[in-house]
Amino acid sequence: MTAVIELDRVSKDFVVMRKKGRLRRERMTVAAVDDISLRIDTGELVGYIGPNGAGKSTTIKMLTGILVPSSGTVRVVGLDPQRRRVELASRIGVVFGQRTQLWWDLPLIDSFDLLRHVYRVPADRHRANLRRFVDLLELEPFLHSPVRQLSLGQRMRGDLCAALLHDPAILYLDEPTIGLDVVSKARVREFLAQVNRDEGVTILLTTHDLSDVERLCSRLVVIDHGHVIHDGTVAEIKTMFGDTRTVVVDLEEAGPSLVVPGAEVVEVDGPRQWLRFRRSEVTAAEVIAAVVGQARVRDLSIEEPDIEDVVTRIYTSG
Amino acid sequence: MRLYWEVLRRGFRRYSTYRAATLAGLFTNTVFGFLKAYILLAVYEQRDVVGGFDATDAVTFSFVTQGFFVMLGAGHLELADRIQSGDVVTDLYRPVDLQAWWLAQDLGRIAFQVALRGCVPFLVGSLVFDLDITSDPALIAAFALSALLGIVVSFGHRFLVTLTTFWLLDYRGTSQVATVVTMFFSGMILPIGFFPDWLEALARALPYAAMLQLPVEVLLGKHTGSDLLALLGVQVLWAVLLLAGGRVLLSAASRKLVIQGG
Ligand SMILES: Nc1ncnc2c1ncn2[C@@H]1O[C@H](COP(=O)(O)OP(=O)(O)OP(=O)(O)O)[C@@H](O)[C@H]1O
Ligand SMILES: [Mg+2]
Repeated sequence: MTAVIELDRVSKDFVVMRKKGRLRRERMTVAAVDDISLRIDTGELVGYIGPNGAGKSTTIKMLTGILVPSSGTVRVVGLDPQRRRVELASRIGVVFGQRTQLWWDLPLIDSFDLLRHVYRVPADRHRANLRRFVDLLELEPFLHSPVRQLSLGQRMRGDLCAALLHDPAILYLDEPTIGLDVVSKARVREFLAQVNRDEGVTILLTTHDLSDVERLCSRLVVIDHGHVIHDGTVAEIKTMFGDTRTVVVDLEEAGPSLVVPGAEVVEVDGPRQWLRFRRSEVTAAEVIAAVVGQARVRDLSIEEPDIEDVVTRIYTSG
Repeated sequence: MRLYWEVLRRGFRRYSTYRAATLAGLFTNTVFGFLKAYILLAVYEQRDVVGGFDATDAVTFSFVTQGFFVMLGAGHLELADRIQSGDVVTDLYRPVDLQAWWLAQDLGRIAFQVALRGCVPFLVGSLVFDLDITSDPALIAAFALSALLGIVVSFGHRFLVTLTTFWLLDYRGTSQVATVVTMFFSGMILPIGFFPDWLEALARALPYAAMLQLPVEVLLGKHTGSDLLALLGVQVLWAVLLLAGGRVLLSAASRKLVIQGG
C-alpha cells in the first residue's frame, strides 16, 4: 500500500487577541492542531472525528494547501500542499458541508460546465462523469434550477458531484451530511461507499454523525484538542472503549432491583430492568444465569454498546 | 484563457438575473445625471469655460459619467464577503489564479451593466439638453479601449482594497474610505477640471482619474494624437502597477493566510 496522505508531527497555531480588562488586549496562541502524525493509504475511507474545536477542519485546510502548518510536514500524493497548491488541486476534491463551490445565481449545470474548464477535463470524459454522477445522486430534476433555489440536501449532492467531476484521487469531506434528513444521508453515504469502492477514491470524512462513520468507514481517527487520541477500526474502538454490554430482562412481575455479581442494575422500568456488566469481568451467560436464579424471566436481550456511547466515553475520558 | 472567458460569461449572466436591481440603478443614475447637470450649469451662469469644459461639455460629462458609473464598482469586490465569511476556501482549493478569476468575473459584471446602463442616461439627457460627444470613429474606438483600461484600473484598485480583509478581517471600513476617495478623485462627483489647480494636479497624479475621468475626456474629444497616446499610456501604467501590487499582496496573504470559520 502506498500512502497518499502523510502528516508528520504537524501542528497549527492560531494567534488570537483576547480582551483583557477594558482596553487591554492580549495575544493568545491557540494550538488548533498539536503534533499530529497520520498516514492514509490509497483507497482507504477514513472517518476523522472529534468534538467541536478539535482541529478537524484545520487539518483538512492544511491538506488542501490553504493553510500552512506552523511546524511539521504534510505530503499529499507526494506533494507539499501549500507550495504546490495549484498542482495538487486537480488531484483532490473537496466538500465543506457548510459552504458551496456552486454559483449561487446560476443553474446547477452551469457550475458543472465551468468546472470542466477549471480542471481542463476532456469534453467526453466530462460528459461521461457528469452522466454517471447525475444518475447516482439523482440530480436530474433540478439540474437546470438556480442553486439558490435548491434545498440543502439537493445542494449538498450538487457539491459532491462538483467535487468529483475531475476524477480526483482523494476526496476530503468536512461534514458532508450536516443538516440532511435520514433519506438524504443514506443516499449520500451509499454514494460515497460506491465512489470509494468502484473508483478507488481515497476518502477522508469528518462528521458529527457517528452512524456515518459506522456505516462507511473502515478506519476511525479520533482527535481532541489537536491530538490523535485513537486510530483504529470501528470494531477495535468498540472493544477498547466499549467493553460494556447490557442485559435487558423483562420479568414476570415488577420487583426490587436484582443483585447479580459483576453486573449493575442501571435502570428499572416496571418489570423491565437493565443490567450493565463488563465483558472482561463476567460473561453474558453468567449474568443471565444469575438473573434466572432470582426471578421468573419472560424475555431478555443483550445490547451492544452503540458508537455514540463509545465516542462519548472517549471524548470525556480523553 | 478559455477558462477566464467562461468565468466572464458567467459574471455577465449572473447579473442579468437581477433585473429589478438593474432597472432601479438605471433610474437613479439618470435622475442624478439631471441633478449634476443643473448644478454644473449654475456655475456657467458666471463663466463660459471651467477647467477646459464649456457648458455643453460639462452637461455631457454629467450624463456620460452617470452611465459609466458602474465601471467604478463598489469600493470592494464580492470576494471581500467571501474572505470575511471564510467562503474563500472554495476559491482557493481550485487550480485557478484568484486575481484572473475575479478580474474575469468583474469584467463580465461590468460589461453587462455598461451594455444595459451605459447609454441610457445619455439618451434621456439628450432629450432635454444639447449633448455633444466626438463623432470621430477613431476617437470612439480610443474611448472603448480607454474605458476597458479604466475598468481594469478600477478592478486593480478594488482587488487591493479587498485583500486587506485577509488581515483586517473586516472590509467595511476600508471599503467606505475607498468608495469616497474613488468617487471624489475619479471625476464622478465633479469633473476634476473644476477643482482648484493644486487639487486637480493631485487628482491627475492618482490612479482614480484613469478609472473614469480620462476615458470620458477621450469621448468628449479632448485628447488627440500624442496627447491621447500619453493618456492611454498612463492608464496602462496604472493597470500594470495595481495588478502587480495585487499579486504581491495575494502571495503575502496566502503565506500568512487566516481562514475564518470551521
Ligand atoms: N481562523 C481562526 N482563528 C483563530 N482560531 C481558529 C481559527 N480557525 C480555527 N481556530 C481554532 O482552532 C481550533 C480548531 O478549529 P477547527 O475548526 O479545526 O475545529 P473542528 O474540529 O473542525 O470543529 P467543529 O467540529 O466544530 O467543526 C478551535 O479552537 C478554533 O477556535
Ligand atoms: Mg469543522
